Amino acid sequence: MENSILETTGRIFNVQRFSIHDGPGIRTIIFLKGCPLRCRWCCNPESQEWKQETMVTAGVSKPVGRDVTVREVMEEILRDRVYYNRSGGGGMTLSGGECLWQPDFSEALLKAAKEYGISTAIETTGYAEMDVIRRLLPYVDTVLMDIKHTDPVKHKEFTTRDNKLILENAVHIARESKNLIIRTPVIPTFNSSPDEIRSIAEFARSLDGVKEMHLLPYHRIGSDKYAGLGRAYTMAHVSPPTREQMEALLEVVNATGLMGSIGG
Amino acid sequence: MKFYTEPIAKSPRIPKLVEALYEKMPRIEADRAVLLTESYKATEGEPIITRRAKAFAHILEHIPIIIRDNELIVGSATVAPRGCQVFPEYSFEWLESEFDTVETRVADPFYISEDTKETLAEVYKYWKGKTTSELATSYMSDEAKLAIDHGMFTPGNYFYNGIGHLTVDYPKVLAVGYRGILEEVKAELKKLRPGDADYAKRKHFLDAVVISCEAAIKYAKRYAELAASMAKTASDIGRRKELESIAAICRSVPENGAEGFHEACQSFWFIQMLLQIESSGHSISPGRFDQYMYPYYKKDLDAGKISREDAQELMDCVWVKLNDLNKVRDAASAEGFAGYSLFQNLIVGGQDKHGRDATNDLSFMAVTATEHVFLPQPSFSVRVWNGSPHEFLIRAAELTRTGIGFPAYYNDEVIIPSLQSRGLTLEDARDYNIIGCVEPQKAAKTDGWHDAAFFNMCRPLEMVFSQGMDKGVQIGPKTSDVATMKTYEEFETAYREQMNYFIELMVNADNAIDVAHGERCPLPFQSCMVEDCIGRGKSLQEGGALYNFTGPQGFGIANVTDALYAIKKLVFEDKKYTLPFFKEALEHNYGKDMDSAMAAKLTQQIAASVAASGKMPTEEDIKTIYLTVKNNPASEDAKKKYGELLSDIASLTKFGNDDDEIDLFAREIAYTYTKPMEQYKNPRGGIFQAGLYPVSANVPLGAQTGATPDGRLAYTPIADGVSPAAGRDIKGPTAAANSVSRLDHYIASNGTLFNMKFHPSALEGRSGLESFVALVRGYFDQKGSHMQFNVVSRETLRDAQKHPEKYKSLVVRVAGYSALFTTLSKGLQEDIINRTEQQGF
Repeated sequence: MENSILETTGRIFNVQRFSIHDGPGIRTIIFLKGCPLRCRWCCNPESQEWKQETMVTAGVSKPVGRDVTVREVMEEILRDRVYYNRSGGGGMTLSGGECLWQPDFSEALLKAAKEYGISTAIETTGYAEMDVIRRLLPYVDTVLMDIKHTDPVKHKEFTTRDNKLILENAVHIARESKNLIIRTPVIPTFNSSPDEIRSIAEFARSLDGVKEMHLLPYHRIGSDKYAGLGRAYTMAHVSPPTREQMEALLEVVNATGLMGSIGG
Repeated sequence: MKFYTEPIAKSPRIPKLVEALYEKMPRIEADRAVLLTESYKATEGEPIITRRAKAFAHILEHIPIIIRDNELIVGSATVAPRGCQVFPEYSFEWLESEFDTVETRVADPFYISEDTKETLAEVYKYWKGKTTSELATSYMSDEAKLAIDHGMFTPGNYFYNGIGHLTVDYPKVLAVGYRGILEEVKAELKKLRPGDADYAKRKHFLDAVVISCEAAIKYAKRYAELAASMAKTASDIGRRKELESIAAICRSVPENGAEGFHEACQSFWFIQMLLQIESSGHSISPGRFDQYMYPYYKKDLDAGKISREDAQELMDCVWVKLNDLNKVRDAASAEGFAGYSLFQNLIVGGQDKHGRDATNDLSFMAVTATEHVFLPQPSFSVRVWNGSPHEFLIRAAELTRTGIGFPAYYNDEVIIPSLQSRGLTLEDARDYNIIGCVEPQKAAKTDGWHDAAFFNMCRPLEMVFSQGMDKGVQIGPKTSDVATMKTYEEFETAYREQMNYFIELMVNADNAIDVAHGERCPLPFQSCMVEDCIGRGKSLQEGGALYNFTGPQGFGIANVTDALYAIKKLVFEDKKYTLPFFKEALEHNYGKDMDSAMAAKLTQQIAASVAASGKMPTEEDIKTIYLTVKNNPASEDAKKKYGELLSDIASLTKFGNDDDEIDLFAREIAYTYTKPMEQYKNPRGGIFQAGLYPVSANVPLGAQTGATPDGRLAYTPIADGVSPAAGRDIKGPTAAANSVSRLDHYIASNGTLFNMKFHPSALEGRSGLESFVALVRGYFDQKGSHMQFNVVSRETLRDAQKHPEKYKSLVVRVAGYSALFTTLSKGLQEDIINRTEQQGF
């Protein structure tokens, strides 16, 4: 493999092995730092800023974010190759933050993984120029893309960004990627009504080749991190959706002809 | 599909049987001890093997028998459900001294009536000076006894009890019955020439087998009669029919070969239960039940005599019965083997002796039986190899997901070559099963002595710092003063010297016990079902088996690895601390106060020894002792320095995080136990082979171990088996599994144990099961030998501690076995909760 690929550097804040709910099989998730969106419910707030920060966890202050080479990441990825193979299609997932905001690094990582014969996936907001996305797609086996809302105003209100670019990109990605799965975080007060979910599902259904849609119920696991970063958590008053609510929304998704599921 | 994979529904009979079994606290019964003693008194002066056989026959002729309500498979060693008999020929002092506490103790309490106490006290008078344990003590070297007193290792298992730990030739008895074995013995007797040098011994052994087999046959007939008479008075017609059929079956087996599946199940059960009446050994393991029962199942099924539902119900009944057997141990051992467990390991799947996959319908039905019965017995295991059917492993994973802690998974790809390296033929190695916790062997040909002692690998490390001194006594070699050590190698050499010294003493103790069993408790009944006792004309205990081993198990690899690594890095590489400073910090438990429960326990011990010296301590004295023990005397300044050392240790990499350097270091550390073992021989003509597993002794023996250089505080649990130290593996299950697979699992041919705890969410849905199976496969691809799982959440376990009444049936995987969580001691409960809980992310 070209040295230039392996020596490409990028900024990550976590590596999570034995991930079994994000893409097929047993996966290792690389969490890249930096994201264009500021979703209010984000469970990884330490992923948002590009700059390195410190976060207090259980009373201990720890640095968040480190610069690494593709070589270092691949060394970690390859350690679980046997489990990727045994689980039928497991592999590497790039998550974030937003991998599209470190395109050189992401492209190099994905290329390297494919050269080693490892299956790849990205979890993305889809918020980037399509030309940037096109650089990565040849090396991505599964794109897990969020569609959070179809209404641009509400989208902007809760994520700080308009959804126009995202919806446009979704159409292209559906045509140009090997496999696109739509994911929607279900956030009470934001998008949890049947109408809102139906609208997203119908949009997803209209995309070429898209068959699956995952509903990810809102949870508060990340709320302590906001305090640890010295930020305010504005969603404290919101309760996670109930099992029954999620089941009802799943029905809404399935009614469009998509294969829906709750969780990854 | 080759198999019938769908789970079969549970018969309404099963919950009734289970409920009746668990209604009351188990009870100690004296009948066996009384009958044994009567017989011994009547046979004074006769050859020991004859006395054993006659005593066995006398017991079987007179011990009370009972058929419980709703039973299809009958035969109980005690009148009370889950009761236990006692075995004074091995040891008795401990029970006598615990008469008044056995009912109220924390681990495995038993009810004992005043009558029983009196009866046993009378019986015990006879046994003074006649037990195996007393003889064993007299055979041990003084150094070994001293080391045992100081808790370097504990051979208590066979010191206090029978050996057990074997799988007999069930298929042979199922096929030809005890009548068939008697024919074989008669033929052997005919071959004897009066002029043979070993005529006397062989003749008496064979005669003893005849007495024992005849006794077993008669015992079954007692059940036939009882069933027949109960049938006459049974008001329910359905039950009457069942009893009539039970009577017919008990008239036929185990005297003769079994005709059908029901007869085979009943015959199996008589064998199993009679072994448990003959001696008090545990881990008498059914082995490959799906293999040797299959012909009877298939025959009945093909002939239309039985439905799959019938077969399932019978299997479930056998499973329930395996929980009807029980054993009372001394209080200390009860903590080491907590959970009323008899470790009857039953294994399914894997290869046959020709190397083909052997999974069949009964393998699946055994999984279902374990689900239906949901009790700690049998210790249920699954063999896995590269050719195991995927659907079978998925079905096994479904059982894992219930949280029962079963099955344990075993890797053919490691165990088969490992056994071959110990002299088994390829065919025998392929046909292995597991004994007790994790110990592989070939059934019906092996006397494996698999649980021969616990060896605490942290203790020799303490001896390096103290130069072999413990509590003011020189118990180990005087290795050089740590203050004079210039290199890490010097330190490691001293550790090896301490290890080798105590390993040899453990061998001495084991062999002393081994000889004592051969001389005082040879067992003709179990011996006639293991090759080649009949041919050689001697019992297992005298070396009658084809394969003989002694397998004592070491534990604490993770702690010793992390400890030596810390010393190597912090003292010799970074030169940040000196060894004398380390020594001081360890002596002061890193400046930490002692946990109040532990301090209370130590206070009790000190107060007791003060009282023993003749001066009753006052309440004030006890308070002073407690505070001295509890509060750390180190100065604030020293505490601060120790705290810095602790945090430097904490920041080092630890075994269990997929770090090649420390993992390969761990491999070398494990060799300090496994390699020296290979040079030793036992008195039965076999060799020693190491195991790496702790049962649950890592908790009580940890409570006797001071602080260690890995940052482990004094008297806290030691890492279990080959698993990383609790809470130190932080990179997830694949990383932990990769680390553990870097140990040499082949050389630990007596078994290794890798515990992993899962949150139920990790196994949700089909994809959860798939990932789980992939994890097991991935670990096994890298040549790990064994893996087991607890699937319960930390919150569930905490809640069970608070409300034990709500969780009476909560089964957790303890070590090589599962037990009811609420019956475990608090310390062991904490240890299980603290094992790193792995989640799917």
